[in-house]
Amino acid sequence: MKKKKKLTLSRKRAIVGLLFISPWLIGFILFYLRSLIMTIRFGMSVATIEDGGVGYTLTYTGLANFKELFTSHPTFKQVLTSSMLDMVVDIPLIIFFSIFVALLLNKKFKGRTFVRAVFFLPVILNSEAIQQAIALSTQLMGGGIASAPDEIVSATSTGVNIEYYLRLFSDIAIPDAVFLYIIGAVSRLSSIITASGVQIIIFIAALQAVPSSLYEVAKIEGATGYETFWKVTLPMIMPLILTNIVYTVVDNFANSDVVQLSYNTIFMTKNYGLGSLMSLISMIVVCLFLIIVCGTISKKTFYYN
Amino acid sequence: MDLIQNCKIEIEKLKNDKQFANNRKKYITKSKEALFWLFRLIILIGICYVILGPLIGIVSSSFFSDSDFANKLVYIIPQNPTMERYRLAWLRLDYLKTLGNSLAYVLSLMVIQVVICSMVGYGFARFNFPFKKLLFGLVIVMIVIPTHTVILPIYVTFQKFNPLGLFSMLTGKVPNYLGTVKPMFIMTLFGCGLRSGLYIYIFNQFFRGLPKEIEEAAFVDGAGMWYTYFRIMLVNAIPSVLTVAIFSLVWQYNDTFFGNLFNISPNIVISRKITTLQQTIANVDRIMTPAIARLYLYAGIVLVILPVVIVYVLLQKRFIEGVERSGIVG
Repeated sequence: MKKKKKLTLSRKRAIVGLLFISPWLIGFILFYLRSLIMTIRFGMSVATIEDGGVGYTLTYTGLANFKELFTSHPTFKQVLTSSMLDMVVDIPLIIFFSIFVALLLNKKFKGRTFVRAVFFLPVILNSEAIQQAIALSTQLMGGGIASAPDEIVSATSTGVNIEYYLRLFSDIAIPDAVFLYIIGAVSRLSSIITASGVQIIIFIAALQAVPSSLYEVAKIEGATGYETFWKVTLPMIMPLILTNIVYTVVDNFANSDVVQLSYNTIFMTKNYGLGSLMSLISMIVVCLFLIIVCGTISKKTFYYN
Repeated sequence: MDLIQNCKIEIEKLKNDKQFANNRKKYITKSKEALFWLFRLIILIGICYVILGPLIGIVSSSFFSDSDFANKLVYIIPQNPTMERYRLAWLRLDYLKTLGNSLAYVLSLMVIQVVICSMVGYGFARFNFPFKKLLFGLVIVMIVIPTHTVILPIYVTFQKFNPLGLFSMLTGKVPNYLGTVKPMFIMTLFGCGLRSGLYIYIFNQFFRGLPKEIEEAAFVDGAGMWYTYFRIMLVNAIPSVLTVAIFSLVWQYNDTFFGNLFNISPNIVISRKITTLQQTIANVDRIMTPAIARLYLYAGIVLVILPVVIVYVLLQKRFIEGVERSGIVG
């Protein structure tokens, strides 16, 4: 009893605080920290399955897996670079698109609740089976229901000569890189729309949190709508752009090809060492990417408070 | 000459006419507004169609009869609608039973998720302890690390579940929890379930935004810290509790990743059962045309997403408001 009395209030609060977070702390150490270490160990060795598939033995091989992955594995490098590139292309598109839509939805108009509900729908229906069915159905709707039986006839059956339009644009001297980016953006439109549900909601909330006095000042000073957007709205929602980028990267990465590849390597081909290394490397790349992006953006972020 | 002179006078008059100028301005702003309205309408309808289009396709083709399906002129609106697809999908999914199991599983996980994550979030938001910043950094790491990186060790852990040698010491054997729902419950109980990191973050942000005076008052009145948390703070956190509850409910319901990893029976996880529905129907009911078997799959999907959509439509307004007000926006 005497010992307990000696605890100051702050010490006591520290202990209670630790108790509050203890379930998570134990879980983190037990599942994440331990698993990360195990993943690294797996990545540095060859695992052989014992009879019955219950146990395994590890033979340490050092960096052999690493070497194999980067010199002789047929697809890893391509898949890694392509999914990272996809991410780099997608993120600005998703962010711009969701800012744009949030601006549209910010003002009050009839049917706003309905539209917002629809935009959030893809977040609700993110199950794998449902996604696949939706992807199929998208083709179906594009090519008419009649195209369903013969699957060869897909989006091309709409009768629009896309080639013609492409050539039309390349004739007006748009730089090739920009042009390709635009084509990519248009062809991803559907996936971008479905990927930006949460982001739109976050931006709407951010827009509503901008104090209206700032807009009043801007109006009195004679700023146009364009100027108001760049000088008031954008700086005010800048911190949430960061949040949204992080969310988008995490969300995007979890569904990327490279993750799928490592999953398949582990559970289909049973090459545990290689698969673990794949997931580790891709994770490190994504973390580096996040650090670079966050670092550059947070320097330019303006915090109101 | 005279005409031109007249015209000039007229124009001068118009220029000085305030009424006219005002009207002109009004018309311009009005037409600008109308144009903006039209622009917004077109864009929003277009985007809504992109989202709703496939869903409309799924719902409508789930009513197609064989003849409708063969008739290439039928688009969206079936000529001879049939409920046959639903009957068989209902039967093969064992719908009511699976849904009941699934809901029980998802709801109990949701309750655990809300209690644990809010506790941890509260701990981070209100108490000072050593290494707090580092530990909260680890929560962020947990959000960023995809679960895929650690799947294999987690799989192995539950294959031989023996933390610190406790189990083998007590019972003498090492249990294998794969194929049951236990791994999911254990993970969630220790704050490492499906997207737990995100929920902890949401709660943390929300509790940080609440005024400290509430707790101080409770403390002065003699309430302990746990009492304060359960009876006062949690009640105040209703908006974020609601958000997390619905997120957890919906994402857990849709989740196939953990279900596949732990090999949880499809009779408990309906989202796993739907992935095999097309094969089941093709093989058991001898429907050999894959495209027709797909119609049954569509009916099954409508059945599976129906509960989620109902929950969403009922709570939609509070849900989106919850996302807006609670932690995510910080």
